[in-house]
Amino acid sequence: MSGKSRRDFLKSTALIGAGVTGLTSTAKAGPENILSEDRMGVLVDTTVCVGCRNCEWACKDAHNLAAGNLEDYENRKVLESKRRPDTTALTVVNEYTYGKNSSLPIDVKVQCMHCDHPACVSACIVGAFSKHENGTVTWDTDKCIGCRYCMAACPFQVPAFEYDKAINPLIMKCDFCFDRTKEGKLPACVNICPVEALTYGKRNELVMIAHERIKRNPDRYVDHVFGETEVGGTSWMYLASKDFVELDFPKLGKNPAPGVSESIQHGIFAYFVPPVSLYALLGGIMWLSKRRKELDEEVKK
Amino acid sequence: MSYEIHNPVPIKHKYFTPGVIGLIIIAVNGLVFLMGRFFFGIGAVTNLNNQYPWGLWIGVDVAAGVALAAGGFTTAALGHIMHKDEYHAIVRPALLTAMLGYTFVAMGVFVDIGRWYFIWHPLVMWNGNSALFEVGICVMIYLTVLYIEFLPVVTERFIGKVNLPGFLSGFNKSIDKLLRVLDRGLSKTMFIFIIAGVVLSTLHQSSLGTLMVIAGPKMHPLWQTPILPLLFLLSAISVGFPMVIFESLIASRSLKLRPEMPVLSRLGSMIAPLLGIYLAFKIGDMVIRKTFVYLDDFNTASIMFTIELLFGVIIPLRMFLSPKVLKSQGLLFTASALVVFGVLLNRINNFVVAYTPPYSTESYFPSIGEISVTVGFAAMLVLAYRFIVLNFPVISLPTRITPQSKYTIRGVK
Repeated sequence: MSGKSRRDFLKSTALIGAGVTGLTSTAKAGPENILSEDRMGVLVDTTVCVGCRNCEWACKDAHNLAAGNLEDYENRKVLESKRRPDTTALTVVNEYTYGKNSSLPIDVKVQCMHCDHPACVSACIVGAFSKHENGTVTWDTDKCIGCRYCMAACPFQVPAFEYDKAINPLIMKCDFCFDRTKEGKLPACVNICPVEALTYGKRNELVMIAHERIKRNPDRYVDHVFGETEVGGTSWMYLASKDFVELDFPKLGKNPAPGVSESIQHGIFAYFVPPVSLYALLGGIMWLSKRRKELDEEVKK
Repeated sequence: MSYEIHNPVPIKHKYFTPGVIGLIIIAVNGLVFLMGRFFFGIGAVTNLNNQYPWGLWIGVDVAAGVALAAGGFTTAALGHIMHKDEYHAIVRPALLTAMLGYTFVAMGVFVDIGRWYFIWHPLVMWNGNSALFEVGICVMIYLTVLYIEFLPVVTERFIGKVNLPGFLSGFNKSIDKLLRVLDRGLSKTMFIFIIAGVVLSTLHQSSLGTLMVIAGPKMHPLWQTPILPLLFLLSAISVGFPMVIFESLIASRSLKLRPEMPVLSRLGSMIAPLLGIYLAFKIGDMVIRKTFVYLDDFNTASIMFTIELLFGVIIPLRMFLSPKVLKSQGLLFTASALVVFGVLLNRINNFVVAYTPPYSTESYFPSIGEISVTVGFAAMLVLAYRFIVLNFPVISLPTRITPQSKYTIRGVK
């Protein structure tokens, strides 16, 4: 009996091993995460922005959201409260004023940062997020199951979810006008900006431009390009005259947001070696304790 | 000369009692709110929003549900893998709890995700970087394994007793034959599934802890640590036996059975070392990361953390060390209930209390709808458990056996 069960055991362990190797070889590659040297970005100069909110209108217009009339955006009352991108607006402008005597308000455009190492791409259970060659992070409606883990993972609190829809709720965030840039057009917000607060270009060059501007006008800017190194770097980067924490930017380290969790994950699953070894170990214990028991019973008899 | 053996049998007891009626009302109330969720969207019944994407359903129905179903794999490891036969009486009830627990975890996920009809997507759309993908796949496979592990209970119930009504009775013989083939096949291969169940459990219990690691600074430093997966695994292992004791004592009271005190006491004596290991890692992590400074702040996080650690770990740990507690039914129940409460609170803390979005304008508290659904699911679980133990051989009862002949002959019962 015990000889037979051992043979069975070895046979099935071998089968499981074969199954596992089969699994790994057929496993599809995860979601795209391309970090091209030529990836694009946008440099936002908050010292130039006048808070006209034309970008908000252009964004809605380009993404088939209810945009209304461009003239209505001249109403500056909206700027009195702080807003976040949501399912009705993929980008918003917030205004920061400092006392009555301060010279000028600071306007900050907020949207998805298009991280170089996006937490959403790493987190998504079905790989619905992808980082593309031109730097864009997009979301795929055909894959998404609506679990909202991307929202829990995003360090900038950007993805928004349509909570009021029972069927096919969408995750919504800035898509860097992926369809427009593919045709060689500028992102809608960059295109409309009347004061050139937004500069679209290769990310590497934008970093140099940003540091150049700081060097030429050290009184105008704080010596910090937000997004150059935060969470491993982002496609959208900011220049400002005030410390970024005062402008509601999150304080983040230089390590990519998914770094720790991915190394834990790949440590536990290193080529399935730990789970398979655990299986073998438990199988060994099971066989041994059974054998010992049988011996005990034989002794009793 | 006669002696007692423990055999699982369907318990003879009536199903409906005032308590059961109460549970049915709670379950129906939950179902009503669930209809609201499916007709009008998640926002209609929950307080979730873009700041707080996850709430009570993920924290309790999913995360705590998985942890509290850990009795299944811990007793399987003890009873089957280490071959401790004396615990066989509790393996089946623990297996049933795990099977129902994971079924309701799956249902919790189903109602929480925005596109429930795409719940099968992770099977074909893989993302090996995602901790949630790992949890999802493992839970799906483990749920299947649990159903397979439970199949012998079903075949045992029906073999030789297949009695279909009307014209279907013609199939009685062939179904009986099928059950016998299934039963024989299962008994030969069951060890594969039992080991697989333990491996799958250790994997997803820990990966559940990895889930919130990616949230980084959004999570309060009292809970956010790279060893979260280890803490989740250790706490799941620690809560396995207390959950079995908790549930066994409730079941025996409700069904008017004699509690299995000798087995439960012995099980209880193993809890203190397990809790001790968990506590050591938890405290060690606090010391290394110097997070005890956050306990000086008097706020929700520090209060919840203190309650979790004091009432959920330290007090029950001390209680389980005392022989008096292990022998007393009431004290054993209290200590076990405290551990169950501690792990439940820990999961709520990790997924809800510790989570603070960078741009939060309000705090999250679950809505009546969310609470109704969660409590409703728990009520449904108890109702299903009661139905199954009354109709299937799950709970072991002492049976008095008097040998028929004067001599026992080897190989003849």
